[in-house]
Amino acid sequence: MSTSTLAGVPARAAASGLGPRALARRIRSNPVTALGFAIMLTLILVAIFAPLIAPYGPEELDPSNTLAPPSSSHPFGTGEFGEDIFSRCLYGARWDLTIGFAAVAIGLVLGCSIGAAAGFIGGALDEVLMRIMDMLSAFPGFILALGIAGALGPSLQNLIIAIALVNVPIYARLMRGSLLVVKQSSYAMAAVGVGAKPWRVLRWHLLPNTWAPIFVQATLQFGYAILDAAGLSFIGLGIHLPTPEWGVMVSLGIDRIATGEWWVSFFPGLMIAIAVLGFNLIGDGLRDLIDRRQR
Amino acid sequence: MAPILEVEGLTAAFPAHDGTARVLDGVEFAVEQGETVGIVGESGSGKTMTALSVLQLLPAACQVEAGEILFRGSNLLALGGRRMNAIRGEEISMIFQNPRSSLNPLFRVERTLDQVLRAHRGLKGDEARRASIELLTDVGLPDPERILRRYPHELSGGMCQRVMIAFALASNPKLLIADEPTTALDVTVQLQVIELLARLQREHGLTLLLITHNLSVIAELCDRVMVMYLGRIVEQGPVTEIFDRPRHPYTIGLLSSRPTLAGDGRLSAIPGQVPDLRERPGGCPFHPRCPYAQDVCAEQRPAREQAGPGHWTECHFWREVAP
Repeated sequence: MSTSTLAGVPARAAASGLGPRALARRIRSNPVTALGFAIMLTLILVAIFAPLIAPYGPEELDPSNTLAPPSSSHPFGTGEFGEDIFSRCLYGARWDLTIGFAAVAIGLVLGCSIGAAAGFIGGALDEVLMRIMDMLSAFPGFILALGIAGALGPSLQNLIIAIALVNVPIYARLMRGSLLVVKQSSYAMAAVGVGAKPWRVLRWHLLPNTWAPIFVQATLQFGYAILDAAGLSFIGLGIHLPTPEWGVMVSLGIDRIATGEWWVSFFPGLMIAIAVLGFNLIGDGLRDLIDRRQR
Repeated sequence: MAPILEVEGLTAAFPAHDGTARVLDGVEFAVEQGETVGIVGESGSGKTMTALSVLQLLPAACQVEAGEILFRGSNLLALGGRRMNAIRGEEISMIFQNPRSSLNPLFRVERTLDQVLRAHRGLKGDEARRASIELLTDVGLPDPERILRRYPHELSGGMCQRVMIAFALASNPKLLIADEPTTALDVTVQLQVIELLARLQREHGLTLLLITHNLSVIAELCDRVMVMYLGRIVEQGPVTEIFDRPRHPYTIGLLSSRPTLAGDGRLSAIPGQVPDLRERPGGCPFHPRCPYAQDVCAEQRPAREQAGPGHWTECHFWREVAP
């Protein structure tokens, strides 16, 4: 009796936290996670409504007012061509969020498919796929992205591909690991035991029980994807001027820091920091909320 | 009438670099239609492996080396994946030790049952719902309509096991294998589940293969019992025979390690431990722990001998051993 009730309590709490409404309540009750979500929502709103909020266009230049320090008309100052840093920071959210989302989505789909195939089918396929993943993850992530982006040539599309590929082994390994765990579960065995076909077991009993750690990882990875994108653009392997991408903007102002015009690099850098922080807070919070082993 | 299930010389092992662990070593038994047969033994004696091998749910690393499993005359071990899948559920179902983790935590009871009903009986919508309610009523769950909307974590262990039994019976199997169905439950619920299994067995004409280490469960429920030790069935026979006239020292040891009302409160234990499966003793597998062991036991494997009506034992000295 006592064991069944004790075992029941955390499971109950965890599961009731999986409903959307209960999840929202839990997020609100955790200020740090709530802050992460607030940052994410603000960035999304900024990205959508940039043309309405931004006082200037992203490529609007004012040659008579270059490198002006922050003021009431230019809250983040202006750059060397007289562009408004504030407006460009707002527009930058569009680029960086898109890159982050696309890279995570592609990496997630590819990685999870590979991991699921390796874990479910097993045997030689498992060995081959996971050794390839090992090879990919032997490189430091950013170096690998740099190599891929360099080989493919600088463009938005290639930037996304490079960052996505770097993430593939992470999801593949996570998916395979979770799948192997739930494959051993009694409910998977029970489903096979009553004659469920293999794909059915995979679709209904295995995959739905693996998503929690992957979801957390994807959120964390979103922040890093933005960081990687900015980094690659900073060294010229990503997007180019005049695109208002945060990494490009930081690199544009890097020489100016020494001469005192710190705002050119600082504010886009701050945007990157805020975005990464926001997604990390969400990821950490979700891990605590979703992952029942951590409770 | 031919037995519904016949296992012959079943041998299975986990090959490993530091020696092969033989978990089943020539298991032989037969189960008649409508019978309730218990398999009893210590942990590691191969009870669960025997059950899993019937459904071909053995872990991938475990290889069947020899033997046949005949279900209604056809060898299950020779069937392909597709035909074996048709037998699972349709002909043979299994319930597992831990009822809570045997149900997908993300599904309401309704959905769990729906899937089996659709796959095996082609029922959908209202029909499936009616059949589900009928099943839950059959396994003695009050207010089935409410239970259908519950997730496994919202049910008690006993309720989960009843749902699991309903799940296993949803496809109308002929043979039900129950692997320690009561072990994870508390004592009062254990009795209810045993009574439920007994009733279902009677009403549905099920053949029940019950795996347990609990001799009381066997006494309560079974017609016949098979005692397993180190992957072999060392003694088998009708329950009354085995309990009253055990003819194998291991069975005697098991029986005397039960608490009794008449006893002085001390339990006797079988000395020693189950040996490592990679280093199986030669001769009789039980001889290192056997109080009756003599030289011959270490050298020669005892033959299967008949000790009474339907009562078989594998002991050189079965005539002499007595409780």
